[in-house]
Amino acid sequence: MEQPVSQVRLWNGGLAWMVTRYDDVREVLADPRLSSDMSRPGFPAHNASVAATRQKHRTFLNMDDPEHAKQRRMVTRDFMIKHVEALRPRIQRHVDALIDEFSAGPQPADLVTGIALPTSSATISELLGVPYEDHEFFESRSRTISSGDVEPVEALQAYEELREFLRGLVDRKRAEPAQDVISHLVELETRGDIGIDELLNMLRLLLGAGHETTANMIALGTLALLEHPEQLERLRNDPSPQRVAAAVEELLRYLTISHFGRRRIAVEDLEIGGQTIKAGEAVVVANDSANRDPDAFPDPDVLDLERDARHHLTFGYGVHQCLGQPLARVELQVVYPTLFRRLPDLRLAAPMNELPFKTHSVFYGLFSMPVAW
Amino acid sequence: MKVEVEPDKCIASGQCVLIAGSVFDQNEDDGIVVLLGSEVTGGEEDAVLSAARVCPARAIHVLDGQR
Ligand code: HEM
Ligand code: SF4
Repeated sequence: MEQPVSQVRLWNGGLAWMVTRYDDVREVLADPRLSSDMSRPGFPAHNASVAATRQKHRTFLNMDDPEHAKQRRMVTRDFMIKHVEALRPRIQRHVDALIDEFSAGPQPADLVTGIALPTSSATISELLGVPYEDHEFFESRSRTISSGDVEPVEALQAYEELREFLRGLVDRKRAEPAQDVISHLVELETRGDIGIDELLNMLRLLLGAGHETTANMIALGTLALLEHPEQLERLRNDPSPQRVAAAVEELLRYLTISHFGRRRIAVEDLEIGGQTIKAGEAVVVANDSANRDPDAFPDPDVLDLERDARHHLTFGYGVHQCLGQPLARVELQVVYPTLFRRLPDLRLAAPMNELPFKTHSVFYGLFSMPVAW
Repeated sequence: MKVEVEPDKCIASGQCVLIAGSVFDQNEDDGIVVLLGSEVTGGEEDAVLSAARVCPARAIHVLDGQR
């Protein structure tokens, strides 16, 4: 890469510095002089819908420390390794039941609505305390918000509908608390630690990020394994927990579904990779190209399920690194081996070039994926 | 080899626990890192170095790396 930091033009005509090298990307994402606050003028949002919804409804995803840390720590307990590991047997039973139902149905069938979404939606619903029966509602509204292909008014409308839905749940939990994230946050709200507006936005973030991302990884990861039969064969022959965990990290790296880069704005002058970036200038931190930097991952364009890829940047880096990563990991570690063990002849039932990829969505993925078995 | 953590910086990503669970744990209240022992011996050294490398908050410091 001759120019590791260069200027690019954004969808709205604005300019941004794009950072592409692994070491530079980590430096930038660890640097408190770069802000995630979308309300700052000149912030390089992904698209018009993201700009509109995130400026109107703030969450800790777009706050800086110390405000960010204060809100994030309200939910870190629920995503700690110990708690998420305790969910593994339930996730396994759920995925087994889903595959029973899926494989008894007609062929070809859609893996996204049959396996991917029901795995992640049911898991995050249960953790938060959202009734899974409402999954079609929250899935479709979340899809609209992150699609990148709708007018901002539509995205704002979908956001508002989700907030009203969540407000109803908050009222119910206030009357009848349970062992879930909503009840815990309601308790904090009653104590005055967080306002109702921010609580609803936080729940919206957790619900959306908690199902869309992992569902995208389930479908795309399955596709990548089908496209690399030798790799899949080796994984199938030795599905030990260590091998599966390593395979999941490599699929996360190779696919980098967080494909729009991390978005930041400089609040002070700084220098990255020899380039001066001035206060007020926008930065697009390309974690996807960093994940293909040969200095960090030899032969980066090769999918190699046995490599050590744990230092990948698919979950970001720095204080905003993904809160839900332990949960995403457990779901993926359960789904891939179970799917290929239970459906050994699983195959794609449409030509690759006809698959509807989420090219403009905040996270890369597939809208649908026809398969047979 | 000695290791230190800065809990104030930690963002509870859990990565250190996944990589070196015999050295790092998470606090029950908010998932912030807890060091189980600052003296790291032979078999755990590589894992601790990996954890320090991966930690998104740069909250893990290996003090002497003579190995
Ligand atoms: C494979 C699945 C996932 C991927 C690739 C992913 C990716 C990411 C990335 C790249 C960020 C950093 C954003 C930034 O730096 O600006 C992030 C943050 C976040 N993710 Fe995930 N995520 C996934 C699953 C989940 C799940 C299951 C949850 C569960 C609720 C979740 C909740 C969050 C939250 C709340 C944040 C904001 C963290 C903060 O700002 O401190 N994610 N995620
Ligand atoms: S890896 Fe770093 S940020 Fe994550 S839990 Fe450990 S010390 Fe905290």
